[in-house]
Amino acid sequence: QGKFTLLRDTRTDGSFLVHHFLSFYLRAGCKVCFVALLQSFSHYNIVAQKLGVSLAAAKERGQLVFLEGLKSCLDLLFGEEEQPGQPSPLQFLSTSDLRALFDFVRLSLTPADGDSWKGPVLLVDDLSVLLSLGAAPVAVLDFIHYCRVSVCCQLKGNIVVLVHSNEDSEDEENELVVNSLCHHSDLILWAQGLATGFCKDVHGQIKIIKRLSLRQAAEQDLVQIYQYKIQDRNVTFFAPGLSAAVL
Amino acid sequence: LVFTEEDKYGLYSNLLFKYFLAEGIVCGHELFVASAKEHPDNILKELPAPLLDDSYRKDLGDEAAAVKSEDFQDSMKIAWRYQNLPKMEVSPTTYTKFGHYYDVSKKMSPELCQSVKWHSFYLHEELSFEPKMKAWNMNSGYARLLQSIQRIIAQEGFDGSDPQKKPRNVLRIGIESLGSVLWGDDVCCSDAPEDAQSLTKFLYVLRGLLRKSLSACIITVPAHLIQNKAIMERVTNLSDVVVGLESFIGSERETNPLYKDYHGLVHVHQIPRLNSLICDVSDTKDLAFRLKRKQFTIERLHLPPDLSDTVSRARKQELAAPAKLLSAGCGAVALGKKHLDF
Repeated sequence: QGKFTLLRDTRTDGSFLVHHFLSFYLRAGCKVCFVALLQSFSHYNIVAQKLGVSLAAAKERGQLVFLEGLKSCLDLLFGEEEQPGQPSPLQFLSTSDLRALFDFVRLSLTPADGDSWKGPVLLVDDLSVLLSLGAAPVAVLDFIHYCRVSVCCQLKGNIVVLVHSNEDSEDEENELVVNSLCHHSDLILWAQGLATGFCKDVHGQIKIIKRLSLRQAAEQDLVQIYQYKIQDRNVTFFAPGLSAAVL
Repeated sequence: LVFTEEDKYGLYSNLLFKYFLAEGIVCGHELFVASAKEHPDNILKELPAPLLDDSYRKDLGDEAAAVKSEDFQDSMKIAWRYQNLPKMEVSPTTYTKFGHYYDVSKKMSPELCQSVKWHSFYLHEELSFEPKMKAWNMNSGYARLLQSIQRIIAQEGFDGSDPQKKPRNVLRIGIESLGSVLWGDDVCCSDAPEDAQSLTKFLYVLRGLLRKSLSACIITVPAHLIQNKAIMERVTNLSDVVVGLESFIGSERETNPLYKDYHGLVHVHQIPRLNSLICDVSDTKDLAFRLKRKQFTIERLHLPPDLSDTVSRARKQELAAPAKLLSAGCGAVALGKKHLDF
């Protein structure tokens, strides 16, 4: 409760982690606010169905609040004039101001009367896109900070955020955001492509870092490394070097 | 959203672009062509003609049939391990259900071109932008292009807005040389461009439009001119497929004997992972392309057989020739049968 989890990927696509957390929290009965900036609703829906959860049904019963970034930006740019008092959450496309997005998140996760969901969850896929859309890195960090205060501390919920990063990346703004988030996360799941290149049986390696040093001064972070292979409905994890192809 | 990084002189990416459009015409899709460099009418006049099965078979005639039957009868004796590998289909005689083949040396007939509806966007012919677009905070050329695309999608019903409309069709969008100076974007000129986010914002909105409608899009970008690599990373994140073409013209790889059969390399930087956890990853990542007189092919890069004797002998002769020329001035030196004996 009240945890900030950072999903990070390097040289590979870490979106399978997002799908996992989405179906995990929905199955656990939490109220989820999903800020989906990169893909359409049907993409997530189809994958979630393979994992055993129906996003459409969750949306209907009010458990899932889905912000489809791609659709909202079209409404904003090509739609009619917006009603005053109801600014689009994607307003930062024209104003570089993420406040409307934060208000949207806060409103959707504040428990309404009659809600019986356990714990609110904010899920973001993915944060690096905000930089591409005109937000400054400091604004992005401020947004995350506000979300943490509101969701983790006040509402005792969890936040899961996906970012992309690259070693020797030239995108300094992105690296700034990622490094800063790493310092403040309780748990980091870092999916990396294999350093030796592409392999058919092992799709990548995941590093799990439990940041115990954040809570207790004397503790050290716990680091675990597994390798994984993604299948159609499932992801299998195994210790490094022990993939099924080798054994 | 297919994002293509152009090769240095734009020859081969142009070809790929034309293939995409030609395929659209042959399949009966509608086209939307946008360019700031060349008028779309001219682009459409230059599309390659499709290879229809019968004409190609007639060309090859019995010769191909004879060769094929021979192949099947021979079983490999020495390299028998390779027998089980799928045969590399080089000639397009078998009709594949997905895609068509094109003859690069012939132009597509005007009747075929006119058989589909197409829309064009030539930047320098467009009207000045409307005031509403000022709120977008984007390069005006890109904003106009987006407006134009959105208008066509809405008008022609590609977004499913009008269920009574004629049978649903696909819109193929081709955008040439995006990001170049001709679009009014200085992302290719300087390291710290004035408006670094125009290109990425454009791609994001385009992605939204594509997801909402029945359309596919190919974009070519002179990536070698973009000095700010951060932008290329962001652009890769926003595209579904990213393919880079590296041609050997003018680089030292042209004379490298390893690459002598090919004209360039194809780098696949990203493949789409849509509607599923996994993506369709192919076995090999080394692809090369070559442009023959009639065909543009992309194949697995395989090295030419290393017949060391002949190679080194050829080298020795090459080295000997200039040496001979040098020494001829100094007097009679006999170096081999090929050279003149003074």
